[in-house]
Amino acid sequence: MTLRATVAELVREFRASGRIVIVGASLAGLRAAETLREEGFTGSLTIVGDEPYEPYDRPPLSKQVLKGWVPADHTKLPRMREVDADWRLGVAAVGLDRAAKQVRLADGEQVPYDRLLIATGTRARQWPNQAEAALQGVHTIRSRDDAAQLQKELAEPPSRVLVIGAGFIGSEVSSVCRELDIPVTVVERGSAPLVGALGGVIGEIAAQLQRDHGVDLRCGLGVSSLEGDSGGHVRRARLSDGSTVDADVVVTSLGSIRNVEWLEGSGLAAGFWGVGCDAGGRAFDINGVVTDSIFVAGDVARAPHVLYEYQFLAMEHWDNAVLGAEAAAHNMVNLEPHYRPHLLLPGFWSGQFGVNIKSVGVPPFGDEIVFTQGSVEEHRFAAAYGHRGRIVAAVTFDHGKWLEYYGKLIEQSGPFPPPPPGWDQPPDMKPMPAEFPDPRVPTAIPDVVLTGHAPSERTAEFRPRHR
Amino acid sequence: MVEETPWQQALRYANRANPYPFYEELRKTPVARQPDGTYVVSTYREIVALLHDPRVSSDPRKCPVPVAARTEDSGEPAAEPIREALTEPNIITCDPPEHDRDRRTMMPHFVGPPQAPHLISDLEPDIRRLVDGLLDDMRGKTRIDAVDDFAYPLPVTVICKVLGVPLEDEPRFHHWIETALDALDFGPEAASEEIRSRLAGARQAVQDFGQFAAELLDRYADQPGPGMLSALVNEDGPEGRMSKGVLASNALLLIFAGHETTVNLIAHSVLTLLRHPDALEQLRRRPELIVSAVEELLRFESSVQFWHTRSALEDIDIAGTTIPKGAPIFLVYGSANRDPERFTDPDELDLERRDNQHLGFSQGIHFCFGAPLARLEVQVAVGEFVRRVENPRLVEDPPPYRHNQIFRGPRHVLVDIDGVRD
Repeated sequence: MTLRATVAELVREFRASGRIVIVGASLAGLRAAETLREEGFTGSLTIVGDEPYEPYDRPPLSKQVLKGWVPADHTKLPRMREVDADWRLGVAAVGLDRAAKQVRLADGEQVPYDRLLIATGTRARQWPNQAEAALQGVHTIRSRDDAAQLQKELAEPPSRVLVIGAGFIGSEVSSVCRELDIPVTVVERGSAPLVGALGGVIGEIAAQLQRDHGVDLRCGLGVSSLEGDSGGHVRRARLSDGSTVDADVVVTSLGSIRNVEWLEGSGLAAGFWGVGCDAGGRAFDINGVVTDSIFVAGDVARAPHVLYEYQFLAMEHWDNAVLGAEAAAHNMVNLEPHYRPHLLLPGFWSGQFGVNIKSVGVPPFGDEIVFTQGSVEEHRFAAAYGHRGRIVAAVTFDHGKWLEYYGKLIEQSGPFPPPPPGWDQPPDMKPMPAEFPDPRVPTAIPDVVLTGHAPSERTAEFRPRHR
Repeated sequence: MVEETPWQQALRYANRANPYPFYEELRKTPVARQPDGTYVVSTYREIVALLHDPRVSSDPRKCPVPVAARTEDSGEPAAEPIREALTEPNIITCDPPEHDRDRRTMMPHFVGPPQAPHLISDLEPDIRRLVDGLLDDMRGKTRIDAVDDFAYPLPVTVICKVLGVPLEDEPRFHHWIETALDALDFGPEAASEEIRSRLAGARQAVQDFGQFAAELLDRYADQPGPGMLSALVNEDGPEGRMSKGVLASNALLLIFAGHETTVNLIAHSVLTLLRHPDALEQLRRRPELIVSAVEELLRFESSVQFWHTRSALEDIDIAGTTIPKGAPIFLVYGSANRDPERFTDPDELDLERRDNQHLGFSQGIHFCFGAPLARLEVQVAVGEFVRRVENPRLVEDPPPYRHNQIFRGPRHVLVDIDGVRD
């Protein structure tokens, strides 16, 4: 047999009877499993998830579910096809042995794999004071159970809700509270809501939006402590300026933490920003060597992106989970030259205070912003972000139909400011500083982040080997 | 005599039944300047780019008198009776912010909360009853006209109910629409004696139609009644009320576009399925395919073949060409939907086609306002036709076509049938 035929036979055999393990049973894990079957993989497929539920959709949790429109358990993700998998739900993966090619589960079982997909995503950052975090009425939102419990308490209704952190989740929660006519105080350490993700210029507009809807918004402040009553229920928060807020529900939306702890000791390039991988989803080890059998997808992946100077891009976006999983799964059952890249133009949406906010590109990569269409006053507009004379991102408020145009410009490294529209021009079309906070200022971390050029965050020592 | 461009040939009436070979030729130059200065865009990628380009206007008032509307010999503007008769813009012929405001004002009365969250889905029983009645009426017949007996009556009845237009006025506005469309020609035949002789009548017809819409709105202003038009006349939205002229222009658009395009789609769907017996059989065996089938039929024979009111407000570089500022732009949806760069085997009918993001309803801010209603009507109508009509056979292929090129559709589709099931 020729070498080529041998390799082809190997691929066929792997597809027929290989063993694939997917760790992470949410959107990325599910779509990867479906893609594997779609690609003709008929071997054994194991899906490990720490939650007891089948994969469900998270975006509605901070919106329709909290409003009470959709019960939390009605968020199951639609299935695109049969996956015929061995589901190991409710048991977390706690270790990875790359030499033995085994994933260790919390119940002690070792699951062997030929190829592994890491899709463990992120979790909500908890309120740092454990005793305070344990008070009744103190919440984070990441899971179905979180949303169900919070929804129940909002329906009571509480006398006031305190939201700590005005990123997207925090802002969506405060929007829901106002829709339910619940008094709400939002405390944000940065200068404005959404400032980490969209900069100070847009942050000011988001702040106005909150205040117009009756939110008691307090920026530039932190929460020093939470106080409970004798029954162990939260009642009051003390802020960094010495003032207090009485509230019986507290939502801490402090961003997310990537679930990489279980990879400790595996030698993979795993760290604060996730697991480094190439544009095809193949994981790097700590020395920057690409692995052949371990792949990464979804929120926990970080990969170099051609449009952003090949910096490793980490994005907590819905379509990144879907498309990244599809690319990784394809590559898991193919060999070079049939690998596919996952080079997604980042994009996200949010709904708050009756406004649909959408974005493409990486706004924090821009240092300037220009309003290109519509009316800022009416909260209906498009704006573009620029970096060194090229457009790198755009954001729209109730103008989402135009994003496609800006997406194309970004993909083509179009000029900044972009050509003006022929109609509906904002009165002021001069570029201005986008006012992103200094990276050292503690505020919400944007959900799409450029994380530098190093595949691993471990500082390596260079010791050339002598022959 | 100068040879005609593929676009001019595609527009000739003789090619109405099958413009696709000319579209194929046309796509070799994705953005093709025509002798009259119009830029005709025929490829999917370029059309989508222009649909999302804020330097493109949909407002004919912003276009210098379109060269396209000059007849060859006299240089006189001609052949745009509808545009001339409408002094006020409607949502399809204006740009943001007016477009956005007017569409926002209209939308809640049609598909959106808070006023009408279930309006469309609540129409389904009515639509089923109408379709049932039309099919029941075919019993005992051996030959039917799928246009006059089936495709036409359903959408016109539904749109009258939705808008609140008295059904007894249907013969009048039907006549006005036919008269206007028969005179609206974008091809070489616009200069013919025959078409030019129709112009005066067409102008009158559009004026009469506009007058009819205005009077209807006046009546509702005096005496509110059921339907969307009465609501628009009488209720203040968050941004106030539309002016009477703008409202009349939009009323006319909704009445017209609210059924003409659906008629053509149902007629084309029946015709296409009868031309593809395997697909017909597949749909009969698997009725649940009707949803993706209707999308494929929208792609395959698009009810709006192109749109003609756009123009460039700046020089636009695209596909190696510069569309100069002021030039009229025609986007040929019917060609984009057969573009092999976007659709695998575009001339094959595949009722299960995946990734079928066709332009049958356009894209961007002018995406078809009535799409959800059209989808429901056609799904029910075509689904029931396939289920109930026994052994349908096409009598004449190709069937005779209506004159107009934009709203392309068969005038009649004669079908021999063996009977109608329950």
